[in-house]
Amino acid sequence: MSTSTESIEELANKDYQFGFVTDIEADEVPIGLTEDTIRQISVKKNEPEFMLEWRLRAYRQWLAMTEPKWPNVKVSPIDYQSIVYYSAPKPKKQLVSLDEVDPEVLRTFQKLGISLEEQMRLSGVAVDAVFDSVSVATTFREKLGELGIIFCSFSEAVKHHPDLIKLYLGSVVPYSDNYYATLNSAVFSDGSFCYVPKGVRCPMELSTYFRINAANTGQFERTLIIADEGATVSYLEGCTAPMRDENQLHAAVVELVALKGATIKYSTVQNWYPGDKDGKGGIYNFVTKRGKAMENAKISWTQVETGSAITWKYPSCILQGDNSIGEFYSVALTNNMQQADTGTKMVHIGKNTRSTIVSKGISAGHGQNTYRGLVRVNAGAEGARNYSQCDSLLLGDRCGAHTFPYIDVRNQTSKVEHEASTSKIGEDQIFYCNQRGISTEDAVSMIVNGFCKEVFRELPMEFAVEAQKLLGVSLEGSVG
Amino acid sequence: MLEIRNLHASVEGREILKGINLTVGKGEVHAIMGPNGSGKSTLASVLAGKDDYDVTAGEVTLNGRDLLELSPEDRAREGIFLAFQYPVELPGVNNTYFLRTALNAIRAHQGLEPYDSFDFLKLVKDKIKLLQIDQDLLNRPVNEGFSGGEKKRNEIFQMAVLDPKLAILDETDSGLDIDALKVVANGVNALRGPERSIIVVTHYQRLLNYIVPDFVHVLVNGRIVKSGGKELAFELEERGYDWVGQDAEVLEPVAA
Repeated sequence: MSTSTESIEELANKDYQFGFVTDIEADEVPIGLTEDTIRQISVKKNEPEFMLEWRLRAYRQWLAMTEPKWPNVKVSPIDYQSIVYYSAPKPKKQLVSLDEVDPEVLRTFQKLGISLEEQMRLSGVAVDAVFDSVSVATTFREKLGELGIIFCSFSEAVKHHPDLIKLYLGSVVPYSDNYYATLNSAVFSDGSFCYVPKGVRCPMELSTYFRINAANTGQFERTLIIADEGATVSYLEGCTAPMRDENQLHAAVVELVALKGATIKYSTVQNWYPGDKDGKGGIYNFVTKRGKAMENAKISWTQVETGSAITWKYPSCILQGDNSIGEFYSVALTNNMQQADTGTKMVHIGKNTRSTIVSKGISAGHGQNTYRGLVRVNAGAEGARNYSQCDSLLLGDRCGAHTFPYIDVRNQTSKVEHEASTSKIGEDQIFYCNQRGISTEDAVSMIVNGFCKEVFRELPMEFAVEAQKLLGVSLEGSVG
Repeated sequence: MLEIRNLHASVEGREILKGINLTVGKGEVHAIMGPNGSGKSTLASVLAGKDDYDVTAGEVTLNGRDLLELSPEDRAREGIFLAFQYPVELPGVNNTYFLRTALNAIRAHQGLEPYDSFDFLKLVKDKIKLLQIDQDLLNRPVNEGFSGGEKKRNEIFQMAVLDPKLAILDETDSGLDIDALKVVANGVNALRGPERSIIVVTHYQRLLNYIVPDFVHVLVNGRIVKSGGKELAFELEERGYDWVGQDAEVLEPVAA
């Protein structure tokens, strides 16, 4: 339909806004993966023996594994021997304040509109900024320290809190879990660690900005968050990446442990380079995220996924304790040649456990969007309840939406509900907006944001605003 | 104000409007009546710029400006408002937010400052009082889950806020019971004024008991076959469309 489609096509061809490369001297290990590579990583990071052993166990396991073939995505083969597994900006000296951070790094953050100074001064958000693979700035630590909250890079936690690491590392995602998680366990470079002690409510949103930078460097983040009994914490993760021609592998692991009566809220806005409109370049995002909720605990995942060439990600909840609650709110957008296979797993083990799944998939261009979710109610999960809602929105007639809900119920007293819908942005809707003076671009953005409202509502305020802007940019997609 | 000359329009190669001539002056209310399939709704859609229709001949000007070369959004910004026969649902899009975006787009076109939420809310509350609309409507998603009557009322409410120069009401009476009809008609009457022209497209005379037009035109088979004052509507009610259609060509079955 001539005019509106043409202008939409034009918008769809806009370049990725955040594509730039920062020139920083990088400290790298040689290309490829052997036991030696892992020993080198461990040495470079000054790790204790137990950590190296854990890595090696994972590596040996990984050698015997194969990549999963079940995701509904087309991946060109990955050569794991052509990846650089460790790269860190060379620290000139120990950093005490932001003033000492490489100005080039700070400028990069500023380009992304996430100036650390601003955030420190204005928003009260403590930022553990991961630049490539090593944390270069950690803020507000003292303030958090007064409450006994530990918020630091993963490497620091390994050094200073080995007992917590030994106790909880791999307790939710074992090193043998799946191909990518096992690879991560072998080679992970750094990430974030957070521990909130008993009964403490973390007074600010904790936030980490990830960024993939050095060429050919796979990024293997590892995040571990522990909320002790009755503690509450909200964690934000947001990312953008510079433009690249070759595919970049990203295989992160996030583990959440919510002990008795604790609450963890984990929010993600993901905007990694999706590749150009012909599907060249872009990040491969193969992530394992899982949380374990003990008695009366609650874990809530909210994600807005707009980037990456391929997204393979299922933030999940093991509802182990009685009365525990799991939530998953997701917006996944695929435009151009992007592919996403994403969803969640809710495993009900405890009695009266409850879970909610709200998934909103948006496909535009040639994008392929798959929701894959498992709701499992074990025999002992008396009175378990699940509500799932999966909605797909199509823009144009060359994209696809797929839904694979798996429901496995072994308890008669439980109640599982699943609702699904697929709709298309209609010419009628666009025309209605046009007739009120609203441009096609704004109309599409408005309709899509309306479609995602239930998920955005779950995001912390500042993140919700960012997410809406992001959808507007990523979405300038096609309507047919 | 609005000047339509020899307008021809077709959809998928089939001609529906076969030479419309119509002049609507400032502040005037014109009713366009006609049997089903005569082209009434097509005329409304063509004026608003819906691209399902090809204009094959003729011209349309609004205050001397060629309307046909403008996009639908620019026509709206120039002051054309279409109250839809079937208002479209926009799930999850807040009614107030939608209207503010629309009004600010129109204001930007006119070189005016955008309304902030505070001023906008004040404006909206004034209009709500004027039209006796339930305030709850403001916070609901645009037309989602609205009853037929609520949708039509919402159209008139939007018209009140956007303050168009020319409002086209496309079968606004369809699907309304008599009480809802009165509410909508009262709203429209409240918005009548010397600066605003209104075209009322309707199949039935009953709406015109409440919105009394200055002129009535009868559209049959893509042409205006008779024009007159408000009394023409009563005549049509009594004698039916066959009476005026005698001179016109035989009706082809055409979707409304």
